[in-house]
Amino acid sequence: MLILEADRLSITFGGVRAIDGVSISIASGQVFSIIGPNGSGKTTLLNLISGIYTPQDGSIRLAGETVTGFAPDQLARRGLSRTFQNLQIFSRMTVLENVMVGRHRHERTGILADMLHWPSVARQNEATRQAAGVALARVGLADAAERPAGSLDYGALKRLEIARALASEPKVLLLDEPAAGCNPVETQEIDRVIRSIVKQGITVVLVEHDMRLVMNISDRVHVLARGKTLAEGTPQQVRSNVEVIEAYLGVHGSQEAAHALD
Amino acid sequence: MNLRALIETRLLPAILVAAIVIILPMFFPSGYYYRIGALVFIFALAVVGLNLLMGFAGQVSLGHAGFLGIGAYSVAIGPTHFGAPSWLCLFAGAILSGAVAFAVGRPILKLKGHYLAIATLGFGLLIAIVLNNEAAWTGGPDGMNVPALTLFGWRVHGSDAWYWIAGATFVGGFLLALNLMESPTGRALQAIHDSEIAARVLGIDVARKKLTVFIISAMYASVAGSFLALFNGLVTPDVAGFLGSIELVAMVVLGGMGSIFGSLVGAAVLVVLPQVLTIFQEYEQALLGLIVMIFMIFLRQGIVPSVTAALAGWRKC
Amino acid sequence: MAELLQFAFSGLTVGAIYALVALGFTLIHNASDIINFAQGEFVMLGGMTTVFMATAGIPLPLAMLIAIVVTTGVGLALHRFAIEPARGASPVALIMITIGASVFLRGVAQIVFDKRFHSLPPLFGADPIQFGGAAILPQSLVVLAGAAVIVALLWLFVERTLLGKAVIATAANRLAARLIGVDTRRIVDFSFAVSAAIGAIAGILITPIALTSYDVGTLLALKGFAAAMLGGIGSPLGAVVGGLLIGMIEALCAGYVSSSYKDAAAFLIILVVLIAMPQGLFGRVKVERV
Repeated sequence: MLILEADRLSITFGGVRAIDGVSISIASGQVFSIIGPNGSGKTTLLNLISGIYTPQDGSIRLAGETVTGFAPDQLARRGLSRTFQNLQIFSRMTVLENVMVGRHRHERTGILADMLHWPSVARQNEATRQAAGVALARVGLADAAERPAGSLDYGALKRLEIARALASEPKVLLLDEPAAGCNPVETQEIDRVIRSIVKQGITVVLVEHDMRLVMNISDRVHVLARGKTLAEGTPQQVRSNVEVIEAYLGVHGSQEAAHALD
Repeated sequence: MNLRALIETRLLPAILVAAIVIILPMFFPSGYYYRIGALVFIFALAVVGLNLLMGFAGQVSLGHAGFLGIGAYSVAIGPTHFGAPSWLCLFAGAILSGAVAFAVGRPILKLKGHYLAIATLGFGLLIAIVLNNEAAWTGGPDGMNVPALTLFGWRVHGSDAWYWIAGATFVGGFLLALNLMESPTGRALQAIHDSEIAARVLGIDVARKKLTVFIISAMYASVAGSFLALFNGLVTPDVAGFLGSIELVAMVVLGGMGSIFGSLVGAAVLVVLPQVLTIFQEYEQALLGLIVMIFMIFLRQGIVPSVTAALAGWRKC
Repeated sequence: MAELLQFAFSGLTVGAIYALVALGFTLIHNASDIINFAQGEFVMLGGMTTVFMATAGIPLPLAMLIAIVVTTGVGLALHRFAIEPARGASPVALIMITIGASVFLRGVAQIVFDKRFHSLPPLFGADPIQFGGAAILPQSLVVLAGAAVIVALLWLFVERTLLGKAVIATAANRLAARLIGVDTRRIVDFSFAVSAAIGAIAGILITPIALTSYDVGTLLALKGFAAAMLGGIGSPLGAVVGGLLIGMIEALCAGYVSSSYKDAAAFLIILVVLIAMPQGLFGRVKVERV
């Protein structure tokens, strides 16, 4: 079953076609990676899929429903969540509270009940706290629950974002460079977390520069270059695709290409 | 939630604030102090509301005195022109403020940072202009008298009566605000403050949450405005003016953005200072401006969070 | 027709002042991303200082010069002592700082000067010139000419001088400007100083027509900001066009609708522009990056 389909998406910024007629279809339960040299439009594509940008052309379907032009929160309520390349942490809140926010779409809120602190609100708070704790434990951050989020180190914040997104129990989780800036140990931890997410039946869309991680974990890989689809296939197919190798070697991604070839 | 957390997050602060309201009068040397106390609690009520908007949700309003004005003139115009009971007008004023906040907030809360600041500033001035110009209803720049509040046949007058009414209402408003912050809505608001985009991808309808807190804060201000007018027995358009809005903002900043208890401290400082320092009265504007500047440059956290942090650090040593 | 001409002319006159305030906003915003809420106080300081220097017996031209220098100094001080120490503060904090500065300057002006309204004698007499049935004050022409000269000088400065190029570079990309050796802190200093000077000149020009007092700044700042926004924040051309438009709309509103609600017109424009076309007439759409 296709969980996420994008059909000929396009968006232009100041005359530049950042994404130009890109189509993807992702089967439920897959790890679907989007790779490409810097500036090829990976994050822009993610922003289109998650509703942060509205495509000028093309359409998006989530679990069979057309969701083109939907706002991020509407998509989130339909089970699509994401993390960010440049961290978007609620730094004033504690680690646990960050993840509790992730439960928002499962919480019933009524302003009157909230202000009067109805017993139901108290019960729900407790349930939210527990669920958030579980999500934190999954990324190995249970010990940090009560710390201010702003005090965590970079690798931990990356995992915190994943826990927060997980807490919303998404059907599809978009991860924007979860391993960027992480050391090998942290990357391995991310790898483990992604695998456990997939095991749970969540579809993962991964944008990542670390080719070892991508090639290891992906079911399908979609290659972008200058906003257009260059190739798509299994890791093996992509790895041996001549155009892909050229795109990487031709631009400053040679290092990554070396990884891709090994 | 476990009992300990309940006690720490709500019971304790509530008892503390209620105790302040009850114990304070024991130290009042004269009836005049009831007047100051009443004013502190009235302003603190408005500041709690504004703090929910500014400190928690991170949305600036430089026109909040406009809602103070709506509340104040509701209890002036209603009884005078329509013969409606004051308490009813107080509620009507709060609902009207909420409705105005809803109508105005929908478009302007889409704005960020200084755009929102300018829009709210313009909105506040608009209210002041209307109050100044519609003299047939409002008495124009001279203002109008406000009939006293009558509750169940009891005519509320005197500073001590108002002290208790304002104090009790403040404790109530304080508790409601604490509750709100410990709820899904409260967490969503704090999330919006730090990252709107992250809040949105977690399913939070940012526009709606902002509108909600804007309406709530408008209603807090409106009730405070009604109290102020009923207490003073007189209202002028100044209540809704630019300086009034800045004063509210200064109280929030002083006590601490995002500290509900700080709202009381901020209001207390800025209400009491002019009473004890005549120099403050003369130089009110200059000092108000200076306070806002200094706090925003050097003590961005405000008094209460700074003190709490210092105490926590001290306890650890 | 004569009536319309009359309204249009008075609209253009105040509009020129709004345009200057908007230009001041634009200068500081482009150099530092800060919206300076104290911009209106510069205008007030220019007018009030001139009035009080002149009353103290100082010849008018010298009084004007002193007023400009004093205001420029205040602008510099604002940057050095209030904005600089708060570097890295959130936009909300910076807004609060300039708002605080605005209220502070009002308060100080109220103490140093007084709370009354003041005027200055017009530069070229008070006899109106008849034009197409409308009576035009000579001072209106002075205002328009003065505004035109300032705009022209600014344009020349930006186009023809190295410092001007540095300002443009800083506005376009602060980090890049710093990397090629532009001292961006000095550029921001400079933008505050020039904004203040422009504000002071605007204050001096308009005082013979519109009176001044310690608290005129807030309204001027709001209308100047409305102008900047109508034109599109960041665009100097937009600031000028926006200013003139706001002045015209206000004058027509005062003439044909209600003079007591003329101030409301500017705010309604702010709200409409903010909501309907946030990029203004000449501004560019910004894309949010995540």
